[in-house]
Amino acid sequence: MSGNTQQRSGQHDFRQVLQPSPFHPRVEEHCRVKNWTSWNGYQTARVYDTLAAEYFAIRSSCSVMDLTPMEKYRIGGPDALKFLNRLVARDISGLKPNRVTYVLWCNDEGKVLDDGTIFHLRQGEYRLCSQHHQLDWLLISALGMDVSVIVETHEIAALAVQGPTAYSVLTAAGFEGLDQLKPFGILYTQVAGFELMVSRTGYTGDLGYELWTDPSNALALWDAVFEVRDRGLYDLRCIGLDALEMVRIEAGFIMPADDFNTAETTVRAGHDRSPFEIGLGWVVNFDKPHFTGKQALLREKSRPIKRRLVKLAIDGNKPPIDSFLYDGKKGRRIGTIKTQIWSPILKANLAMADVEYRKGKLPKEIWAEIYYQKELEWQVSWARCRISETPFWTHPRRSATPPQSF
Amino acid sequence: MQQYDTIIIGAGHNGLVCATYLAQEGQRVLVLEASDTPGGLAATREFFPGFKASVAHTVSHFSAKVARDLKLAVHGFDSATAPMPTVGLNSAGEHIVLSGTGAEAEINGVSAEDATSYRGYRQLLQRFAELLEPFWLKTMPRVGDTRLSSLLTFAQLGLKLRLLGKQDMGEFMRVATLPARDLMDENFDSELLKAMLSWDGLIGSKMAPRSPNATVLALLYRMSGELGGAHAIPVGGIESLIGALNSAAASTGVEVKTGARVGRILIEGSEDGLRATGVELANGEQIVAGRVVSSADPQRTFLQLLGVEYLEIEFSNRIRRLRCEGYVAKLHLALDGVPNFEGLAKPDGRMIIAADMDAIEFAYDDAKYGNYSQQLVMEILVPSLHQESLAPAGKHVLSAHIMYVPHKLKGGWTEEARAILVQLAIDTVAIYAPAIRAQILHSELLTPLDLEQIHNVTGGHWHHTEFSADQLLMMRPTYEAAQYSTPIPGLYLCGAGSHPGGGLMGGPGHNAARQILG
Repeated sequence: MSGNTQQRSGQHDFRQVLQPSPFHPRVEEHCRVKNWTSWNGYQTARVYDTLAAEYFAIRSSCSVMDLTPMEKYRIGGPDALKFLNRLVARDISGLKPNRVTYVLWCNDEGKVLDDGTIFHLRQGEYRLCSQHHQLDWLLISALGMDVSVIVETHEIAALAVQGPTAYSVLTAAGFEGLDQLKPFGILYTQVAGFELMVSRTGYTGDLGYELWTDPSNALALWDAVFEVRDRGLYDLRCIGLDALEMVRIEAGFIMPADDFNTAETTVRAGHDRSPFEIGLGWVVNFDKPHFTGKQALLREKSRPIKRRLVKLAIDGNKPPIDSFLYDGKKGRRIGTIKTQIWSPILKANLAMADVEYRKGKLPKEIWAEIYYQKELEWQVSWARCRISETPFWTHPRRSATPPQSF
Repeated sequence: MQQYDTIIIGAGHNGLVCATYLAQEGQRVLVLEASDTPGGLAATREFFPGFKASVAHTVSHFSAKVARDLKLAVHGFDSATAPMPTVGLNSAGEHIVLSGTGAEAEINGVSAEDATSYRGYRQLLQRFAELLEPFWLKTMPRVGDTRLSSLLTFAQLGLKLRLLGKQDMGEFMRVATLPARDLMDENFDSELLKAMLSWDGLIGSKMAPRSPNATVLALLYRMSGELGGAHAIPVGGIESLIGALNSAAASTGVEVKTGARVGRILIEGSEDGLRATGVELANGEQIVAGRVVSSADPQRTFLQLLGVEYLEIEFSNRIRRLRCEGYVAKLHLALDGVPNFEGLAKPDGRMIIAADMDAIEFAYDDAKYGNYSQQLVMEILVPSLHQESLAPAGKHVLSAHIMYVPHKLKGGWTEEARAILVQLAIDTVAIYAPAIRAQILHSELLTPLDLEQIHNVTGGHWHHTEFSADQLLMMRPTYEAAQYSTPIPGLYLCGAGSHPGGGLMGGPGHNAARQILG
């Protein structure tokens, strides 16, 4: 009847402000600038060495990132599918075992709580990865269903290997069967004598894989991958959160709580966002009989859209940090930049921005008011912005199967 | 083929009221009742050969409008029954007796000061009760609804408050959610009087005199109607009310099927959402209809008959959080003759056993922690003095509400726990009627757990869910289901878990029907 939860077995010592991940001994060794931050309570590098080098490792060779801190929940039991299909807006009844899909979930009012991915691990058993902690919501959702919700964030060590040579690197490291693994596919395999799961998923928009295994195998997994570099076959570079932020914006992936306010943390009326308002209407399946938020979203759909999170390219080279947006140079204020980066590969300022619609239509022009410093003197300038309805950057190698070898 | 416009789940009085209103407007209505007899908690059952009783043993505020609309008089319900006295039992035989109603209200057995206070108290509460009266038979506005009709309902309440005059208005706002104890302490000296007057705000709830919530509102709710809070057994008993409702339903073409337990509510899903399309009986038979109206309690309706799978996550969590734990046990005694209560000529009143408000409070304290009190507080009647057919000639029935008996008893409702409670209850009554022990032919105890199982009401709660400020008016049972419609199109509520609430009144059934008929 009730959902059950199981907390981690090895408790973290509270005196340790940031928790080390199972990869920490290697992470610490590679992290030369010691630019640490907290990701979900784990000691995580923003930058390992040089941001530009890390960025180009993702786009031009191969990058490695410790993914362990990502929130992971194991969903099982007879009602697992029913539970997930009521939780998320996308219809996952067609999600086959060994497949992964991108989802988001809403509260009763159809406002987005978080996004994530569902891994159909084996028949009837799932892993839900989310950006933020969702245990409360998952447990409330489980009430009245025969489903188990188990936090497995700390029980699974995960490593992302991403970039154009990722396939070649992992094949050289001894991973077998990757040639037939399609995007959003799952493969169970062995490397260096232990079992692990490989999924062709990622947050970079490039060719890449995520490797999942028991924490006791973490260092052996790391070493198996890095041995490829040590043998002089391919270059490999650890990347931190800052490089990831650059590539995820290039790839058009949104970040809940940074790009929009999640419903759970919203206090002020109107500050939360529906899937349509963050440009994710495509993961809402109305043909599914029911999911939480459906009634509210049906009502919303029948009215003109009021605002949307858009992908915005900003002219010029001034960083439009936290800029206000206007419907003309010195026009009416219509929005703000949420997150922004300079894209080295596109040579452009790219941003995620919240833009108001007028009578259901986007403004004809969007201008950013940019404040910037010249030798500590503040300057202001205006830059024309253009909405991109497709990812700023994409590459056929992301989905080619088998991937190209190098 | 769709044979019915409406299926109503449960033939309690609200289910029957709603059904008859709908049928009066030409709907084809089927009422499905799990038990073998209609009436729900007001059904009269034989508990010992020749002896009968009903869980609800008096009528205090059955809606006169409903009785009129459904022509219940024609069908054998006499709403003009004189109220019975309320007697506060005292072990020395110095009882307090409240009798009559309205201008004829009388009080005996108290000091002159208390008698004067009582008159003032009654008049004030009566004014408040009259102020609230129109709202019990109205659909409450939806939270956040700014349509004119909704605003008018609020405006009407505001106007009514203003018309009370400045002083009364202030008093109303002050006392409406006052703990019963404060209201009593302000007005009276007699501990027994305070206990018996607070009783009517507390009975059936999980609250005690010191509980700060809506006990005064509950009192005012029960003071609506012609009896002004007094209780009566109609000529022909509670049976006559259920009989009349049943007969009124039948005369308008309502089909009542007893022994027909609903297993689940049928749901159809489409791109536009879900819709209730009928029910499936426990035996697997499916019956389709234009709509399903449930007089079952909200938790049973949503969590068991529907299933959370079809509900929004926050909504179902609010339903799950409703407080539905019954705290009243029922004791029925088959007696060899009229029990003799010392100091009472005839035990034909509603007798309260609670020496003072602390007695009630302490009994509640025990129940809070999963026990029943060793010092029981009770309301007892001898209904067979009003309705001879309840017992063989010369024999009688004693019907008692034992307050603060938890649904979830620590250690469970074992045979031993039941036996101890019955003995305690009999011992408690015997303080006032010592000879009764020798008159007992049989006893039946119905714990809240029994009420749940016999009458299919969650927690065995009389009012389906607690009558408290957070679960009242436009919050009953919770927002998004407080206007009788539910988040599932085609599914409605018409039971005590909806506004105005429980008790034999008919308000929810009436209001739901009006809402459905539009």
